[in-house]
Amino acid sequence: MTKKNTNVHTNKVAMVLLILGLSTIIFPLYLTIVIAFKQPSEMTNSISGILSLPKSWSLNNFREAMEVTDFWRSLGNSLLITLIAVGLSIVVHSLMGYALGRNKAKSKFYSFVYLFIVSGMFVPFAILMMPLAKQTAEMGLANWFGVILLYVVFYMPMNVLLYSGYLVNIPMALEEAAKVDGASTWRTYWKIIFPIMRPMHATVAVLTALSVWNDVMTPLVIMAGSGQNTLPLAQLNFQSQFGTNYNLAFASYLLALIPILIFYIICQKQILNGVVNGAVK
Amino acid sequence: MKEVMKNERKRTFLLITIPILALFVCFNTIPLIRGVIYSFTNFKGFGKYNWVGFQNYLDLFTDARVGKSYWFTFKLAIVSTIVTNVISLILALGLNSKIRAKSFFRGAYFLPNILGALVVGYIFNYFFTYILPAAAQMIGIKGLSTSILSNPSAAWIGIMVVCAWQAIAMNTIIYISGLQTVPEDVYEAGGLDGATGWKQFRYLTFPLIIPFFSINMVLCVKNFLMVFDQIMALTKGGPAQSTESISYLIYNNGMSGGQFGFQSANAVVFFIVIVIVSVAQMKFSSSKEEQL
Repeated sequence: MTKKNTNVHTNKVAMVLLILGLSTIIFPLYLTIVIAFKQPSEMTNSISGILSLPKSWSLNNFREAMEVTDFWRSLGNSLLITLIAVGLSIVVHSLMGYALGRNKAKSKFYSFVYLFIVSGMFVPFAILMMPLAKQTAEMGLANWFGVILLYVVFYMPMNVLLYSGYLVNIPMALEEAAKVDGASTWRTYWKIIFPIMRPMHATVAVLTALSVWNDVMTPLVIMAGSGQNTLPLAQLNFQSQFGTNYNLAFASYLLALIPILIFYIICQKQILNGVVNGAVK
Repeated sequence: MKEVMKNERKRTFLLITIPILALFVCFNTIPLIRGVIYSFTNFKGFGKYNWVGFQNYLDLFTDARVGKSYWFTFKLAIVSTIVTNVISLILALGLNSKIRAKSFFRGAYFLPNILGALVVGYIFNYFFTYILPAAAQMIGIKGLSTSILSNPSAAWIGIMVVCAWQAIAMNTIIYISGLQTVPEDVYEAGGLDGATGWKQFRYLTFPLIIPFFSINMVLCVKNFLMVFDQIMALTKGGPAQSTESISYLIYNNGMSGGQFGFQSANAVVFFIVIVIVSVAQMKFSSSKEEQL
């Protein structure tokens, strides 16, 4: 009886420290919100001037920031690139994970291809960046479509590793049963294997989406001349236009953070699971 | 009949593998090889170029700016890795203890990880430039009354803080999933032997979560060595080129500074360094795990 009681007892010290620690997360967000809503005249050099609540919660800064950074178009580009890159990654990487995972144990060719692709994880973007900028320009791919193709290639090592690892748990007997019914390998894959890999699709989707959405370097290097922006790229390119109008700048930062914040609030559980699965496997 | 089906299976696998492999080779292997080739030329990024043999590589080792960027990047990576892992472990122990609103706290502490590093960098840029100095003046700390980002010997600390702020979120979640694999009766048995507090952590908990410690070390070091966004947002390599990371230098001087060939050589060396560090870490952690 007493033992049960101590078990339910909350660790008060940990609670207090965790609440205090939370301020390191909340403070930068609070800062962003109050500055985004203020007018430049409300910003004095003292701390209280910066951190006090705005006099009115007007949306004017946001309206102006949207115009300056061409917000809706950047948002559209970011959404388009992320959705297509995630969709293609799931299809292409799961197929590759299947082909390699089922054959690498008994075939030298497939085990070589597997190692070849997975070791792509060690290649830093820094070495690919300059040749890729040239190559995509030569191929007419210095645009959002080229960026998507590159993402499918960049995340292939990680995702193929995840998919072929997951495949080990799926018994061959399932496929053999379908084969007895006369289904082709291709059909069997889409009817049986692809749906079974659903938990891994979720992990891959989360990992790929987060990386693609927040990536700056690839669009910066590849799309620089296309006149198009992604959300992060717009922040970078329009940074100088804000000048010392920090209120406008912060309104724009907040706008750039809102979509992913909404996504996180809705799918928090899936995101946490996906990230942990991806790292631990 | 069986033979026909076997061939069909083989053909399907080849038809899947070949095109995807071709895509990978086209946008990963070929640019990699081209990068290596450019590193032996004096290419500026445009116009004609000549072969210069190993000249770029020889120049790399005498170039003060390149040396400085390696020193900065490694200093940042090592200190950030230590800071991140110490704080993450403490945070994970707290979040795994008997607390209320557990999932709320876990969700909140993970938040920094999903935010884009560039925008986070801009927000912290403002914090370091205006808020921290103003706060320091108010309390009367002279050393902090100017922005640390404009101080060549302290700007790296600002970058370290931002890197750690985001990485802690990730590492904590991984440590928590490690702590959850430690069965309750281990603590109970240890408690009978007098293992509590620090002793319990040092001799019971930590050895059991070493695999998760290795994952975090590998993740941290690799990500921090490739740091780019935070530099773009906080310092753009300054002041006095004191915070140029290797990736930033390659981007800045290679893409627009007319050093395409030279920075390609830098990138090749950087690639080799990344491979060596990663392989060494994996060897080290797998030998540690075998000991257990």
